[in-house]
Amino acid sequence: MRQTLTAINDFVVKFANVNGSGSASANELFTRSILRMGVPVSPRNIFPSNIQGLPTWYEVRVSEDGYLGRRGGIDMAVAMNPQTWKQDVAEIAPGGYLLYDSTRPLPDSAFRDDVTNIGVPLTAICNATYSDPRQRQLFKNIIYVGVLSALMEIEPAVIERLFSEQYKTKEALIASNVKALHLGRDWARENLAPGICGLKVERRDVVGDRIFVEGNAAAALGCVYGGATVCAWYPITPSSSLAEAFESYCKRFRKDPETGEARYAVIQAEDELASIGMVIGAGWNGARAFTSTSGPGISLMTEFIGLAYFAEIPAVLINVQRGGPSTGMPTRTQQADILSCAYASNGDTRHVLLFPEDPRECFDFSAAALDLADRLQTPIFVMTDLDIGMNHRLCRPFEWDEERRYDRGKVMTAAELEAGRPFGRYRDVDGDGIPWRTLPGTHATRGAFFTRGTTKNRDARYSEEGADYIENMERLQRKFDTARTLVPQPLTRPAREPARHGVIYFGSTAPAMDEALDRLSGEDLHLDAMRVRAFPFPASVSEFIAAHEKVFVVEQNRDAQFRTVLIDDLEIDPARLVPVLHYDGTPITAQFILDAIRHRLAQLRVTPLERAAS
Amino acid sequence: MTYIAKPKLHHPALQRNAVGFTRRDYEGAISTLCAGCGHDSISAAIVQACYDLAIEPHRVAKLSGIGCSSKTPTYFLGASHGFNTVHGRMPSVLTGAYLANRELIYLGVSGDGDSASIGLGQFAHIMRRGVNMVYMVMNNGVYGLTKGQFSATADKGSVAKKGAVNNDSGIDLASLAILMGATFVARSFSGDKHQLVPLIKAAISHPGAAILDVISPCVAFNNHKGSTRSYDYVREHNDALNRLDVITGAEPITAEYEPGTTVDIMQPNGTMLRLAKISPGYDPSDKAAALAFIQDRQSAGEVATGLLYYDPEGRDLHARLKTVEQPLNTLDEAALCPGRDRLSAINAALR
Repeated sequence: MRQTLTAINDFVVKFANVNGSGSASANELFTRSILRMGVPVSPRNIFPSNIQGLPTWYEVRVSEDGYLGRRGGIDMAVAMNPQTWKQDVAEIAPGGYLLYDSTRPLPDSAFRDDVTNIGVPLTAICNATYSDPRQRQLFKNIIYVGVLSALMEIEPAVIERLFSEQYKTKEALIASNVKALHLGRDWARENLAPGICGLKVERRDVVGDRIFVEGNAAAALGCVYGGATVCAWYPITPSSSLAEAFESYCKRFRKDPETGEARYAVIQAEDELASIGMVIGAGWNGARAFTSTSGPGISLMTEFIGLAYFAEIPAVLINVQRGGPSTGMPTRTQQADILSCAYASNGDTRHVLLFPEDPRECFDFSAAALDLADRLQTPIFVMTDLDIGMNHRLCRPFEWDEERRYDRGKVMTAAELEAGRPFGRYRDVDGDGIPWRTLPGTHATRGAFFTRGTTKNRDARYSEEGADYIENMERLQRKFDTARTLVPQPLTRPAREPARHGVIYFGSTAPAMDEALDRLSGEDLHLDAMRVRAFPFPASVSEFIAAHEKVFVVEQNRDAQFRTVLIDDLEIDPARLVPVLHYDGTPITAQFILDAIRHRLAQLRVTPLERAAS
Repeated sequence: MTYIAKPKLHHPALQRNAVGFTRRDYEGAISTLCAGCGHDSISAAIVQACYDLAIEPHRVAKLSGIGCSSKTPTYFLGASHGFNTVHGRMPSVLTGAYLANRELIYLGVSGDGDSASIGLGQFAHIMRRGVNMVYMVMNNGVYGLTKGQFSATADKGSVAKKGAVNNDSGIDLASLAILMGATFVARSFSGDKHQLVPLIKAAISHPGAAILDVISPCVAFNNHKGSTRSYDYVREHNDALNRLDVITGAEPITAEYEPGTTVDIMQPNGTMLRLAKISPGYDPSDKAAALAFIQDRQSAGEVATGLLYYDPEGRDLHARLKTVEQPLNTLDEAALCPGRDRLSAINAALR
């Protein structure tokens, strides 16, 4: 008797499609309908570096418990791409389900006997109903959504409402989609046994007031709210949609109500060097500016990053990280640029990095980055990744304090100059390492200075004196120390019971880590956890490490880059920090973290044999 | 001789321009370039032009790349903010600064190495964009600051000081600028103040991308037999197109040269430079004709100078982007932040 998986609001469905076939909107419809039934869902795109014709997957995790990380393993495959049939079928967990187009007969060998194979003649249904090839293509996807809604008991009214919202006043489109939906539902109910699928959706109220949004759109909105007026960018996966979203939001919110003129400037530059050059020119001239890019773009921008560091010019760089090195895996996620951003450029440099975990923090940290750039007069990196940036994620709604004012940092005004307030561009008058600057065009006879990447004295005059150089470099270190308390601080999640060991993690690892910690706790393995949200690290991070025997450092790259920065910045004994590394390009899963930590903890519990000294 | 500080005081009877500044107020620090360097003459011309136009010095933003040419902004307009950026990338920084504040006057100074080699891409694209600026190339055919390597504008057949021959085709920045959409393209010679100053004034007044390719002999590395960038060669092969006059609002500046006459300029190294206005009927508004003319003169071994191409309309990036009149760097939360209510609406649409 074959065992079948049964679960309510707790399963993973993976759609396998050919990209460019219109499947994306149908699959998203599936996801949104479950969300509207109040059940948390987290979908992930796995797409090729291509435009049309190659495989693309959409993996949807439904989790009533609210786990938003990738689980690992799938319970149902919707196999719509013959090219990837074999691997899609192989990935289904035993007892799981396969939904496929049964129009053309397939040999028995194509199927597993430990999986429930649900064949629906989708192509035949389409050909019987529609004559236009494009309609046949598009509605095939809606039909299988209909089938799924019948199998899993997803409320059709919810889906119909989504059609109305998507197509608004286009009655004909709404009607044809509703028709396709019911074609699928009716066929399933007429031809399939009622209990054939053990995976069900039941209405709950767990979603709450959370919003469903992509990280890139959220970051772009944060830049709008944070007062960015200049965006210079160059297209690169997976960051392009961020600049495009910024432009789109600006068209809605940044037009002068009377004249329709733009209170912003977006330039798609000729390359990444020009992009960061424009950002730096704008920042030098007092406008909040940012660029969005990925790892290869940061490589190109590195010379300019050094200039902005040494000449102390505000700039925001949003790095939506992807698999490296070189062109790497353009459509896969990784946390691969920690070292290249923390230490970017030749000579002794250190840069501020922010690590948002989800779209809500992308919004918050992009706005914060603009303030920090002005306050610290230096480049600020917002380190997101493809997993956060290009997938829709459930997160807390955006918030903005109406009383909030932008922190423009230390900019001396014409009035202050006129009143005779002393000014020297690189003088540490306040002791925090941050000097005052003036903007071009401020005062007729006072306050002008030369900005340069070469060494200079405290008054910005060119200098080749060692003493001037050392003073400058030490002040930059003081400035970096000042940043420790200004950046987003770490958040801790103490274990239920006192724990000998701890774990540090950051960014998109968060949802998988939350789940892993719950499961570890269920196995009576307790870890104190700290989610670090920025570099440089405050004292609380060293204190956390000092309070534990071993601290696991979980990250998504091969070389344990974050661990390296911890060791370097806080002078930690490397033996204390145990790396847990996931870097195959897929988002890290709770299962992976669990297995790795469980294994290491077991090793740590082994009592070494003692040899008596003879 | 930079250990000699420039005296801050100046003669009380020094003439003042319409905004109350003397010529001294447009100067910068003492130059550290080689004595006799052509770039210093260009700096002086910039000082003169700004004084004549009665620009307030602090309203100019001067940016440069890296190289001997790019050092010059320190030597003029000391009351202006300056930015010595990175090699070949001044155009992007200038563009960003310009986006931030459309009301300043942008002067980008570069050399032939900075603009025609590493900077060729950014040079082309800033011309395409139509950023309102004066782009000044101090062109001597060598990388002066790194001791004499050829630059990409060096003509084929040029012989370097140490005897190496350049075998690559030379890049003509003026022609390239015309092709890329610059609306004011001129060439001049560092020693010809009478041609150069009015050209600089016209370039500053032009509402679009204005480029001045100024041949500027390097006294250290390119002023020798065989170089097409030496005083000797330019003097022999120069072909001045027209004499440009600029009429300011306040008082007209009258031309001192009749069409068809020559002007002899005494250079610091003792050689004479002769420029002539060759075609009184030259029409700078015809793009194709301008390109053909430059090619034609080049075949004859001559360097066409003067205002080669000119579209009085200009193209301004801010105008194309339809940005607000107030500089972007003056906008505050009220103008930029959509506010909490709109955010609630955005949240609602994301559920």
